[in-house]
Amino acid sequence: MNPNIAPDIFAVLPREKAFYFFTSIGNYTGVNASSLNEFAEKIREVNVKSLEFHLNRGDFEKWLTEVLQDTEIAEEIRKLKRLNLAGDDLRNHLCETVSRRLEHSKSPL
Amino acid sequence: MKHRNGETTLDATDLKILEILQENARLAYSDIGKRLGLAHSTIFERIKKMEANGIIAQYTVKVDLERMGTKKLMAMMTIYTDPKESEKVAEQLGKLPQIIEIYTSLSEELLIIAKVIAEDQESLHALIANSVAPLEGVLRIRTSIVTKKFKETQPSIGAIADKLTFIKRARNINRGKGT
Repeated sequence: MNPNIAPDIFAVLPREKAFYFFTSIGNYTGVNASSLNEFAEKIREVNVKSLEFHLNRGDFEKWLTEVLQDTEIAEEIRKLKRLNLAGDDLRNHLCETVSRRLEHSKSPL
Repeated sequence: MKHRNGETTLDATDLKILEILQENARLAYSDIGKRLGLAHSTIFERIKKMEANGIIAQYTVKVDLERMGTKKLMAMMTIYTDPKESEKVAEQLGKLPQIIEIYTSLSEELLIIAKVIAEDQESLHALIANSVAPLEGVLRIRTSIVTKKFKETQPSIGAIADKLTFIKRARNINRGKGT
């Protein structure tokens, strides 16, 4: 097993620990993710406003660090935030970052 | 007040007592009696009967939170639910102290409308994200933060009186007696 992989990266989480996508304060899109794999799928389809909302608030980093315990990807996303991306640019970069992490996690040492 | 076939029927005097209590629930029986031209013992008996029957459900205090200096944020949540789960969702919402009113509504989809209070926008969002969105059967949520309150009252007994057939009956009887 790759020692860089956080222990919960492939875990399927219970409902209360899933990531819930909102477009603004209190406005839940109905889209949620219970694992990093699912997160990778959902960020491709969710309203891009939701990605902007959560990235600016630091919600992605918080969930990835505190729930999935993956500080490595959290740091990658923190870097994305500094680029001030929006719209499809943001979606593409985010998808790329998460996919890269998943691929890296699956590959042997 | 009369009971027939398990139904409670209020007469015009009961309704007048309720109207007065809605204005000021702390009035003495004698003061209510004076306004209606009735003995305080009559008022006492009628009020006790209405309490026993649950028509008077509660005496409470209306607190003005703004004057108390507590700046609470109020919001209305519209929760779209799976019809099979909506009752359970409403029950779960009822356990959250920040949610102060819950209603269900049937439009194109089954909705739950809930009034919520929170310290600020961040705690409102945390409540919805951590305690409402994860409930099984919640499909999506729309939240509107209240910016200004123009009116907040209970339905007045006087305002709805004409909609109630039994009151019309009582009024007609009174008119017939020339009162």
